[in-house]
Amino acid sequence: MNDVSIKINGELVTAMVEPRLTMLDFLRDVAGLKGTHAGCEHGVCGACTILYDGNAVRSCLMLAVQVDGQEITTIEGIGGNFERSGELGIIQDAFCEAHGLQCGYCTPGMVLAAEALLAKTPSPSEDNVRDAISGNICRCTGYVQIVDAIMLAAQRLGNRNDMLLPNHPSTQQDK
Amino acid sequence: MAEKTYKFISQPRRAVEDRRFVAGRGKFVADLDRPGMLHVAPLASHYPAAIINKIDVTAALAMPGVVDVITGAEISAAIQPLINGLDTPNVRRFPLAVGRVRYAGEWVCAVVAESRAIAEDALEKIIVDAAAQPFVLDAEEALLSTSPPVHPEHGSNLLLDKKFVWGAVDDDFALAKHNLSFSVTWGRNSTVPIETFGVVAEWNGWDQILDIWASVQMPKYSDQISRCLGLAGNAVRVHYDIDVGGSYGVKRGIKHATLIGYIARKLGRPVRFIEDRLENMRAGDAHGPERKFDVTMAFEDDGTIRSMKMRALDNAGAYAGRAPFQLGKPIGAIVGPYQINSVSYHALSVTSNKTVQEAVRGFGQAPTNYAIETAMDRVANFLKMDRLVLRQHNLIRADQFPYLIPSGSTYDSGDYHTVIDKVLNAADYSALVATRDRLRTEGMMAGIGVAACLEPSGGNSSFEPLLNEANKTSTWMESCQVNVDALGNVIARIHTTSSGQGHDTLVSTVLGEVLQIDPDKIRVTRPNSLESLPGNSPVGSRMAIMLGGAAARAAEKLKLKIVAIAAHCLGFDADKLVYSGGDVLAPDGSKHSWLDAVELAHRQFHNLPEGMDPGLASFDIMQVPTGDALPVDGKVQMYPCYSFEFHLVLVAFDPVIGRPEIRSYTIGHDCGTVINPAIVSGMTYGGIAHGIGATLFEEFAYDANGQLMTQSFLDYLMPSSHEVPPIEIVKHCTPSPHTVFGQKGSGESGYLGAPAAISGAINDAVAALDIHFEKLPIRMSAISDAISNKLA
Repeated sequence: MNDVSIKINGELVTAMVEPRLTMLDFLRDVAGLKGTHAGCEHGVCGACTILYDGNAVRSCLMLAVQVDGQEITTIEGIGGNFERSGELGIIQDAFCEAHGLQCGYCTPGMVLAAEALLAKTPSPSEDNVRDAISGNICRCTGYVQIVDAIMLAAQRLGNRNDMLLPNHPSTQQDK
Repeated sequence: MAEKTYKFISQPRRAVEDRRFVAGRGKFVADLDRPGMLHVAPLASHYPAAIINKIDVTAALAMPGVVDVITGAEISAAIQPLINGLDTPNVRRFPLAVGRVRYAGEWVCAVVAESRAIAEDALEKIIVDAAAQPFVLDAEEALLSTSPPVHPEHGSNLLLDKKFVWGAVDDDFALAKHNLSFSVTWGRNSTVPIETFGVVAEWNGWDQILDIWASVQMPKYSDQISRCLGLAGNAVRVHYDIDVGGSYGVKRGIKHATLIGYIARKLGRPVRFIEDRLENMRAGDAHGPERKFDVTMAFEDDGTIRSMKMRALDNAGAYAGRAPFQLGKPIGAIVGPYQINSVSYHALSVTSNKTVQEAVRGFGQAPTNYAIETAMDRVANFLKMDRLVLRQHNLIRADQFPYLIPSGSTYDSGDYHTVIDKVLNAADYSALVATRDRLRTEGMMAGIGVAACLEPSGGNSSFEPLLNEANKTSTWMESCQVNVDALGNVIARIHTTSSGQGHDTLVSTVLGEVLQIDPDKIRVTRPNSLESLPGNSPVGSRMAIMLGGAAARAAEKLKLKIVAIAAHCLGFDADKLVYSGGDVLAPDGSKHSWLDAVELAHRQFHNLPEGMDPGLASFDIMQVPTGDALPVDGKVQMYPCYSFEFHLVLVAFDPVIGRPEIRSYTIGHDCGTVINPAIVSGMTYGGIAHGIGATLFEEFAYDANGQLMTQSFLDYLMPSSHEVPPIEIVKHCTPSPHTVFGQKGSGESGYLGAPAAISGAINDAVAALDIHFEKLPIRMSAISDAISNKLA
């Protein structure tokens, strides 16, 4: 058994675990965070996606002991979800607006893949979006409305950032 | 029929389910943690067929943390075989192999332990002494009397052998100028949801109740579990508030639930089994149809199709499951959207030493549509006619509805020619042809594919009595309850799990429409099976029709009561009053508001009309429209509603590499009145993606030794966002006369025609080389090999 301490969504989780425990099982069974899902457990489907160093990675291919002393983000740590129950982040809200999901099982992974993409590429092309989610398999949607959702999120995030610029007309009027 | 305008129906409205899913707050079965829960790992057979001599579990049982090991001998002595609906008493199926294994991967025994990891470790300590037996994999071979029967007690591999002749087939063939025969094969694929099947069971000895939480989409699930386990129906409580992570037909989980339910009851502790991906692919018993068609068409010089003979041979796998009935549903649309005067249909289902087949999206309709549409392409090629013109010539015309087909079903409504015209316009057909021809001059292989087909919808059980006369069922209902609480808020109850279809959104939209109140203020809940009215779960593309119908009817009953209360208070006859936005208006301008009705119903019994019960609640148990008779002479009305779809696709590929790229995809879709546009579009896109997989990638392939070769997502390839192109949906609405709002089903849309259209496009691309691909999937290796053989 090994002692591990992992910062998950800003909070430290410490536990004694077997070296063979995957990060996916650590999140679900030790940390009690059920939003990260098991799909294939061999790194193909992307349902277990988490954010590590800003990248979307597969928690089923990592061992918990490998993440010892490091920091990761799960679906429970993003958007409004993190701050207040019932409040959606912009990307999550765009998924609802475009109905970029059906059964909801691959959805946390898709949302995190979108988070990782839009953090680095705020104005993606449709091809960028398709590349970014190509490691996440969805069996419900055919991806069309997921691509729509991420493009919509990019547009809305862009608008939001404009609003926050000090010289933006909307903020000028308020003064 | 003119299209009606609705306030909420057909209007853009967010799916109410989506919020919890985007936040990772769905409630899936694997998310459950019950105190003291045990875990199960099944031991899989390495043999496709073997006699089990002895199972030694001593070493496994001695491991710390191992609680029990269940064998087939134990469980078969304690429970009843699983029900299959056919008259095949000697094809007995239990959750674990009993005395004999019948496919590679079949569960031989199940370890129960304190953790799944310990259970998996213990599997390695079990010693099975088994003697390998001869086996059979191919369906035609399985039919031969020389082949080993998968169930020796049954005597042969034949599960179903039904011949139907509808109309004057021999006469029509004698009269027709031409005959053309061909064979095509639909490969063994499935829907393969990203969430595997899972179940948690817990026996409460004090209440004598078995609680079941399962990732399930199965009609009469609690009844089946009760019968198998020998429990009263009211001793099994299935919880419907579990989110199901995709199913599209396959998540029947009956062997899983009986096994885990048995263990939970035996040990008196909660027990969980969540398939891992290998277990799901190999022994989840969730493969789809594997079907060979032999088709002969009779037709005239002008393209008129007179008659069709079809033999459909399905490889059910090692046990019956629901597979044979998947040959039954297509009888309800056996001529597709075409005027074909007579049909003979020979439906055969055989056992083989492969994984068990289950229901898959369309319940056998997609393979049949693939065969019918291939026939249309072949006839057009034979006559050197344009494929579109041939189809348009034979399509049922809008003025012919309701239209009785030879096998006894009457199509409700449609306007196929208009839908096709709209698609040809939207996709700019002549430009598409020009693009194809330009690609060809540039050295690419390019082809256009078309497919016109039907989605029988509304669900119905009539294929069961049609294929098994001993089965006298005609009933296939759905229910909804509505209650207005003492504060005036509406609560609806539905009695099923959902796997992404948006049933909360469906019901709240329909109730909002009928009651004329904001759907977002309606709460939809899912009681467990003990608190539920009868229903048949979301199968057969039925919930818009059946759950939507039951919700609308329950709301109408509620409205009648509200109006009756108002009539009593305002002193008018009910027929003089107008229900408006929840209030009731009288001719003199007086108003009895929603909250007035709530106040009277909940608190002022003394002011209610004489004889009226208190409260504001209603329910409806609705029978499927048109489902009022058993079959006569091999004919019966199958599903009530028929949605139409028309696919137009351009495919191109390099002749050396052979990797098909979909350059353009347009679908025309008419499913009557749409309840929620985003949900219907989403299912159509998803169905097309599933069809792309079935056509180009997905197959449960076996080697000559009976081993499943594609047992991970590295081998069983599914379309990613790179393989599914942008898709244009062209919408059309021909309301159904049989449903409350004119709605038809759409849960199988896209999948029903995409394989036919894409394979048609590939065959168009290689037609100049005289190549015909006659089997799905058409993998890139098959394409490049076929081309290089021709050019060699």
